[in-house]
Amino acid sequence: MSRLQFWFVCLLLAASPSLAHAQDRLNVVASFSILGDFAKNVGGDRIEVSTLVGANGDVHVYTPAPADAKKIADAKLVIINGFGLEGWLPRLVQSSGSKAKIVTATDGITPRIAGAAPDPHAWQSVANAKIYVANIRDALVAADPADSAAFCANADGYLAKLDGLDREVKAAMASIPPDHRKVISTHGAFGYFAAAYNVEFIAPLGVSTDSEASARDIAGIITQIRTAKIPAVFIENISDPRLIQRISAETGARIGGTLYSDSLTGEKGEAPTYIDMVRHNIKALTDALVH
Amino acid sequence: MRRRHHAVAGRLTVLIYDALIAPFTEFEFMRRALAAVIALALGGAPIGVFLMLRRMSLVGDAMAHAILPGAAIGFLLSGLNLFAMTMGGLIAGFTVAILAGVIARTTELKEDASLATFYLVSLALGVSIIDLLHVLFGNILAMDDQTLLVIAFNTTITLLMLAVIYRPLVVECVDPVFLRTVSRAGAPAHLAFLALVVVNLVNGFHALGTLLAVGLMILPAGIARFWSRDITGMICIAVASAMVSGYLGLVLSFQTRVPSGPAIILVAAALYVASVLFGSVSGLVRQMFPAPHLEA
Repeated sequence: MSRLQFWFVCLLLAASPSLAHAQDRLNVVASFSILGDFAKNVGGDRIEVSTLVGANGDVHVYTPAPADAKKIADAKLVIINGFGLEGWLPRLVQSSGSKAKIVTATDGITPRIAGAAPDPHAWQSVANAKIYVANIRDALVAADPADSAAFCANADGYLAKLDGLDREVKAAMASIPPDHRKVISTHGAFGYFAAAYNVEFIAPLGVSTDSEASARDIAGIITQIRTAKIPAVFIENISDPRLIQRISAETGARIGGTLYSDSLTGEKGEAPTYIDMVRHNIKALTDALVH
Repeated sequence: MRRRHHAVAGRLTVLIYDALIAPFTEFEFMRRALAAVIALALGGAPIGVFLMLRRMSLVGDAMAHAILPGAAIGFLLSGLNLFAMTMGGLIAGFTVAILAGVIARTTELKEDASLATFYLVSLALGVSIIDLLHVLFGNILAMDDQTLLVIAFNTTITLLMLAVIYRPLVVECVDPVFLRTVSRAGAPAHLAFLALVVVNLVNGFHALGTLLAVGLMILPAGIARFWSRDITGMICIAVASAMVSGYLGLVLSFQTRVPSGPAIILVAAALYVASVLFGSVSGLVRQMFPAPHLEA
């Protein structure tokens, strides 16, 4: 091989990284932090996960940046929640010219209907989270059959943990007297949690964060707290807390801690993973309601 | 017969009471919201009248956006902290207002052009700093003690300052050349006035959000223009119509689920349309059917 030929081959290799690194880890993009956590747990070290809406971000009103289009363009799989949560995503996938397969993690879940549209926050029920994980596992196996054994083993381990978590939530809610199992929260993200675990959530801002409350809505909630003697109101990590403080001042309901609904916190926060998030939420609920 | 009259009148009273007064006796947040709009009307409406007379109505809109990056930085530094966001907004607004004012008075560039530049820059800055959803829509239903005090304080400052600069301000509206020949108060009064615009925008932005903060300043001034020819009259009518808009807007929001901020502005807009049609000064209907001249 002449010297020139050698350099030519080197150049070719450098220019086509996919050729050079055929054994690269599977590149997966998740639309928001909770899906990213699921994907990491199933994929382990066989995949490279990045999330578009990171910790503490609001996935409802997210504005994608060019870096996001690049992430999607490079991805093999894009995991989304579906049920209309990521309204901004289809255009982003199109404009990035990505060939990635889009996986809807809620496939097979029957949505609750809130107003006219499906309520997207299905992950708040741990039983649904198991369906998310199964869907993600199947997608990973389909995309990278060589690693299917690892994916299945990881998923089985994680699903077992979720089973345990589900029992924990049920036990915690059982410790609250039935007539105390109702709270007010700024964001209607807990519909699935409420249905699965028999706790009533009343939200002042409806199901999405982008509508403003009217005086009538607030008055309705205050009347409801007063007549139903609802013991606690919760402030969430992404909605306007001043409104909840006002309602609490007017009704004497206790302000519970933070409930995390749509996003995980950073590594050092109270809810860095899905399991931590659910545990944090049930502790906050029992602390406020067991009295 | 008489008794039935009484019964009907009684039921009507109850209906009116339920519709217009009960929301405020029953709910503290409604009383607080009402206090806030009354304070906003007292401070903002006179400012709006002067903005209109100085042909600066759109300047108010520009300034509303100019205070965004300051509020955004305050929000970033200390979360939803009222003091930090107010200070940030004031500093950003003052900077833009004073820079624009100075440039307009020292160079060829007119004030509107330099303001447009500054406001576009600061809007871009603000939006690039944070997701501004909460900032763009303030919430009049969430008035805590602190917010109410800030609003009342800003209104008080506004009224006191207006009293001080009232004369030069009025003279400059009418005849700026004359003012320049008799006094040097024009420039300081103008800058003080711009500062008051910022103060009242920050006020409005806590209650209505930046998008609507200007509304409660400009619309009442527009309404007043159709009912009075002299400045004092205009200011009184503007304040009154701002208060009525605030009150009816809250009632509307209470009865119909329209979000409160937009409801207030929509009521003001309805009053504006009515004034355009029926106003005693240059209202359209009045122009079509002029009052008969009195003949001796």
